[in-house]
Amino acid sequence: MLEIRDLVVSYGAVRALHGVSLRVERGEIVTLIGCNGAGKSTTLRAVSGMVRPASGTIEFEGRSIARMKPHEIVRLGMAHCPEGRGIFANMTVEENLRLGAFTRDDAEGIAADHERALTLFPRLRERLRQSAGTLSGGEQQMLAIGRAILTRPRLLLLDEPSLGLAPQVVRTIFQIIREINAAGTTILLVEQNAHMALKVAHRAYVLEVGKIEMEGPAADLAASDEVRKAYLGVA
Amino acid sequence: MDQFLQTLMGALAIGSLYALIALGYTMVYGILKFINFAHSDVVVLGAWGSLVFARWAERTAGWSQTPWYLGGVVLIAAMVLCGTVGFLVERLAYKPLRRAPRINVLITAIGVSLFLQNTGQLEAVFGTRPASIPRLVGDRTIAQIGLVKIEMLDVVGLFTALSFMLGLDWLVFRTKIGRAMRAVSFNPQTAGLMGVPVDRVISFTFVLGSMLAATGGFLWALKYSQVNQPADTGWTLLGLKAFVAAVVGGIGNVRGAMLGGLAIGLLEQFGSAYLSSSLSDVYVFSLLIVVLLFRPSGILGSTAVEKV
Amino acid sequence: MSHETPPTPGLVSSLVRGYMPFVVAVGVAIVMQVVVRPNVDPYPAKLLLDIGINCILAVSLTMVNGFTGQFSMGHAGFMAVGGYASGAITYYTSMRVWGAGEARGGVLSGMLGGEGLPWLTVGDGLFLFSLIVGGVVAAGLGYLVGLPSLRLKGDYLAIVTLGFGEIVRVVIQQTSPVLTSAEEVRQATILQLPTHVGGSLGFSGIPYYTGLFWVYLGVCVTLIVAFRLKTSTFGRAFLSIRNDEIAAEAMGVNTTRYKVWAFVIAAFFAGIAGGLFSHTLGVGLSPEAAGFLRSFDVIIMVVLGGLGSISGAVAAAIIVTLLPEWLRGVAEYRMIIYALALILIMIFRPKGLFGVREVWDRATWAWLSRRKSGTGARGGARE
Repeated sequence: MLEIRDLVVSYGAVRALHGVSLRVERGEIVTLIGCNGAGKSTTLRAVSGMVRPASGTIEFEGRSIARMKPHEIVRLGMAHCPEGRGIFANMTVEENLRLGAFTRDDAEGIAADHERALTLFPRLRERLRQSAGTLSGGEQQMLAIGRAILTRPRLLLLDEPSLGLAPQVVRTIFQIIREINAAGTTILLVEQNAHMALKVAHRAYVLEVGKIEMEGPAADLAASDEVRKAYLGVA
Repeated sequence: MDQFLQTLMGALAIGSLYALIALGYTMVYGILKFINFAHSDVVVLGAWGSLVFARWAERTAGWSQTPWYLGGVVLIAAMVLCGTVGFLVERLAYKPLRRAPRINVLITAIGVSLFLQNTGQLEAVFGTRPASIPRLVGDRTIAQIGLVKIEMLDVVGLFTALSFMLGLDWLVFRTKIGRAMRAVSFNPQTAGLMGVPVDRVISFTFVLGSMLAATGGFLWALKYSQVNQPADTGWTLLGLKAFVAAVVGGIGNVRGAMLGGLAIGLLEQFGSAYLSSSLSDVYVFSLLIVVLLFRPSGILGSTAVEKV
Repeated sequence: MSHETPPTPGLVSSLVRGYMPFVVAVGVAIVMQVVVRPNVDPYPAKLLLDIGINCILAVSLTMVNGFTGQFSMGHAGFMAVGGYASGAITYYTSMRVWGAGEARGGVLSGMLGGEGLPWLTVGDGLFLFSLIVGGVVAAGLGYLVGLPSLRLKGDYLAIVTLGFGEIVRVVIQQTSPVLTSAEEVRQATILQLPTHVGGSLGFSGIPYYTGLFWVYLGVCVTLIVAFRLKTSTFGRAFLSIRNDEIAAEAMGVNTTRYKVWAFVIAAFFAGIAGGLFSHTLGVGLSPEAAGFLRSFDVIIMVVLGGLGSISGAVAAAIIVTLLPEWLRGVAEYRMIIYALALILIMIFRPKGLFGVREVWDRATWAWLSRRKSGTGARGGARE
């Protein structure tokens, strides 16, 4: 579904990605792990069009999207939950959710997804009229994912959903990620919390300083000594 | 008591004018985070455009008395003119500078302002002599309270201004495009991720602001017997006061701009009536300085901490 | 790069240390007055004078806009205050002491004649005194305006300074007519005199002391101070504020103090320029001198020359002064051309013609031969 080949991205004079290649098949959860500054977020940003690559190709369902603008890419069936949630604090929870469906015009489908999002995240239902800026970190993450559901994407890009959240909340979020995937959405997940990421994903890539160092089924990587030492805190 | 009512009427009239113009400043600031100095020149364009069009219509149609609908037609023509100019300015002068430091955009805005002013002053365009718009609204007094006359003109003006403001409020807070505008003003990048066509929304905002400016200019031309040349300092002062209104109300906040316009109108009129009229400009600027020093976010703004 | 250890030397002492450049300045000024002026026609001589005054204005604004990256739009306000203050001092003192308001300068003053006069007279002393006072008054106002306002962010500072210029204009418009008879002047108290500066009709009758000597003395002193400011510890502090104010603050740079200092110094020189301007033959000082149109004139010079380049500001001042001459035939379109030039420069050459560098830095000309390097990320730096 998503194919990235030799992606090179620079911020001005600083090169963030040195030729990254990865692929995501339909129906999978693929995770990209690595430490801070490795370039994980940059990869997602390049895919969703927020950042223009210096070279390399990005293909979504056979179509080259490397030079497209974000709002065009989203219309193709992709959604991106950016780092830091990216919710609009100047609007209510309800308005945030509705924004997710901006590109859609099937009122029935939107209403169904709206219901689905509120069922997955009951706490949002209570807070529909509240300003989104007053939500807690966990609630904001739920809102961000709920909003993404309303986009009804075929591919969902998640950037560090666990960031700054309490362990219990993180478990809930990852459970929901599994459910969303089971319902048919392919997911590319970027995570610093390698433990949770590898539990939930089918396949994984390890990104280090702008280059893919390892790849393979998530279970294998979780069992590998290298990964355990470097990312899972096991001596 | 009569003077109070008279002053109040005047304050409402000029306040709604300031509000219309302030809306343009606040919307552009909200979405692009810079002060569009050229906005007041769009107001001038609205005033002169209305004037020229009304005169032309009168001449070609040969009416002995202007029909009631001409006002509406002239207003729409002015809005189209200003909307187009606003669109072009945004695309040609401001869009290339989206990522530039703020000082550069400010300077460009000054450049655009000077360009519009001086092009407007060319003989081929509007010239340098004052002119006045033909009578588009009947000269009737609608009511009288004590010694205070309520003119048809004031009522029409206030009604027009209020309906536009309410319309804008509805658009921004109750429609999809309004949500898109607010999303872009909060974070253009994330808005793009929602599928919002950011560039088009920005252009749309500009066009809206320019159309409101056109309305402001049109109402001004109606109300005041003389429309001065485009580079006259009076226009820049009008723009500045409207900008102060936007800041006082909370820059970037649409309802704040309306509130601010009213506040400035009240301050100016009551200050002139009860204190000294020659210092009316000073009151307004002093208010600006006070607000910026003690509550820079304005009445309805929220203090946003600059993230490092 | 050598590491400067605290405590840093005082600002004023670092600016005036080393008197040689000032001696050279006096020399240059004398040459301008005594050699250049008599051998040049009156019209070009007037142009030279205008160029000089514009240089002082442009370089002084560079100290604020260029060095610290703050955007002051009321520079003309300081110029007007200096002009009015010094004009009032020379005029009314002349009236009080000599009973008449004409210039009593020596060879080094004024633009006309000068045969048989001494090099410097008491009148010149009065003029110099009034110039400096004008500068100090402007500087004081700069402090009052700068201290609260420089806490504000760029856009707001621009508006407040714009408002300041307008307030100055309006306040001057409220003043009373100039006193024309020696009797009236003698009877008025010292405090009353400053309020009689003409109002909207303008201040006429200021003695014509300004000549190439004084102007170019002013230009040289301004340049010396500007260069010292730029290359000193203070200059580095300014530049750090301009590049990233928050980072500078985190490094311990008291940004507000430096911004205010730059503002005050710039206001001082604007005041001096105003004083020189108001004493020029053929000039009518009016409240419009404080208006934003005049401020824009100076802003155009600074932007054209490069925000932060002193020599660029000088070059731009020269160009902007001479441009109306060259564009004689299309006078109507002059402002339009300015405006378009401003817009185009901002789009294509945003750092002005010279950017932060000086004309003689080789890097300035490198852009002519350098090819565009590879694409940068569209997203730019992370949020």
